Amino acid sequence: MAKTIQEINDKIKKGKAVVVTAEEIIDIVKEKGARKAAAEVDVVTTGTFGPMCSSGAYFNVGHTKPRIKLGGGTSLLNDVPCYTGLAAVDLYMGATAVQVNDPKNSVYPGDFRYGGAHVIEDLVAGKSVRLKADAYGTDCYPRRELDTLIRLKDMNEAVLFNPRNCYQNYNVAVNLSDKVIYTYMGRLLPRLGNANYCSAGQLSPLLNDPLYKTMGIGTRIFLGGGEGYIVWNGTQHNPGVKRSKNDTPRFPAGTLAVMGDLKQMSPEWLKGASFTGYGVTLTVGIGVPIPILNEQIVRYTAVRDEDLVAQVVDYSKNYPEVVPGSIAEVTYAQLKSGSIELSGKTVPTGGISSYNRAKTIAGLLKERIQEKQFYLSEPVAGLPSVDADIQFKMLNERPAKQH
Amino acid sequence: MTKKRVVLTFPTNQVSQPISYHLVKDYDLMLNILRGNITPNEEGRLVIELSGKKQSLDAGLEYLKGLGIEVESLARDIKWHENKCTHCTACIPTCPTQAMSVDRESMEVSFSKERCIACELCIPVCPFKALEIQF
Ligand code: SF4
Ligand code: SF4
Repeated sequence: MAKTIQEINDKIKKGKAVVVTAEEIIDIVKEKGARKAAAEVDVVTTGTFGPMCSSGAYFNVGHTKPRIKLGGGTSLLNDVPCYTGLAAVDLYMGATAVQVNDPKNSVYPGDFRYGGAHVIEDLVAGKSVRLKADAYGTDCYPRRELDTLIRLKDMNEAVLFNPRNCYQNYNVAVNLSDKVIYTYMGRLLPRLGNANYCSAGQLSPLLNDPLYKTMGIGTRIFLGGGEGYIVWNGTQHNPGVKRSKNDTPRFPAGTLAVMGDLKQMSPEWLKGASFTGYGVTLTVGIGVPIPILNEQIVRYTAVRDEDLVAQVVDYSKNYPEVVPGSIAEVTYAQLKSGSIELSGKTVPTGGISSYNRAKTIAGLLKERIQEKQFYLSEPVAGLPSVDADIQFKMLNERPAKQH
Repeated sequence: MTKKRVVLTFPTNQVSQPISYHLVKDYDLMLNILRGNITPNEEGRLVIELSGKKQSLDAGLEYLKGLGIEVESLARDIKWHENKCTHCTACIPTCPTQAMSVDRESMEVSFSKERCIACELCIPVCPFKALEIQF
């Protein structure tokens, strides 16, 4: 019999909800069958902990006396520039911003030791950061300079707002060239020296709900250790890619835009990451609960690493030059085993997303639900799915007229 | 034949001493410079691999210490900060000795000091600075 989210929440309230992780559900469905499993299990928790570049946070730092209009000026947090094209004291710090004096890749490969993601991590850890700003001064906001220490708790609002997280599947990156390359998928050694992948596979939120049957706008989630929400589909959301028989995408597909109160979060689940030769990014911990509303949904959550495939892509030429084509298709079970076979060669694999931490997140979310600290929410609208006819566009460059 | 990787820290006045000549000639050792950072009139560091008979090796190291050079064994010099490690496994394919390894069941990463040869290949690979060179 089909259940509703309301019924599941009532069970959570009574302490009677059956909650398991996306790893645990695999054996339950195998032993009991989907029908029985759907009747017995109420919630399956998923998790992921990986670098997600399209992340950032906005802050309202409070007004100064006399007033200053940071908007339209320059504001730095620990020497990392914020976006100031907002109101007087609202700032947005993007995860990939780097310190103004960072040599970047001029000393190749650059270290990118500290950037926007680290500012966010430091703030969440309760540390003071230095806010240094220049403004142009107006009649109503006369002040032109500011140099102060500030903590998260000093701010009015601090909100994590990530335009694209939680990629539903990702490429496996390799290097076919003769020299080492440094990418957002890590260091790739020449001539298929290693293969790096980036997904929690069978624990990954969107691989457990491949057609977005339960996740939508307004879905409450575990975000960075606190609570957050899915607020939109993520940028580059591309549900129309080729899929396997189990409906999971064989290529990178759906994405989520998420949001939550930064003040609730913890540095354990929001970590600045430095990719040598590439830049700074934020590693975000996300867990999404899946309400088991029917048999089809439980079958989806029982997906195993051996049933999930990813494409092996050359990052020395094909990725940068946008040459389509995959070298091979491999399963997450193969990737997690430590090596894959490519062109007759045993290639060691490395993770970019932490399966171990994804598992911890799924477990934490399960506990929170069991302890009545976390209730499921009813999405107010769905995410665009395979029938939405979304075309993934490249930028069509039209040279501006030369003067 | 014994091999040993050591970090030498030179006091300023010792930098110009022809130590490699003496190690090779007087102590019959083979010397391989792995990393160097020496500028005249400043304290300098050299990471070297010495190989030869155990006895000559010990004697060679005593000779260096006698010159006021600080000698540290290299195996101690890579530190894995477990609290910073996210168990992503990015460092695994780069580690030549399996000093960094994964339990494939839990996907938990661990570090074995004994196996680490301090080749430093993992240093630029860890996005969380969980692996650190400690001079
Ligand atoms: S220094 Fe070399 S041997 Fe030691 S852990 Fe790093 S890669 Fe492995
Ligand atoms: S790369 Fe760093 S964070 Fe990742 S497993 Fe290795 S030591 Fe841990």
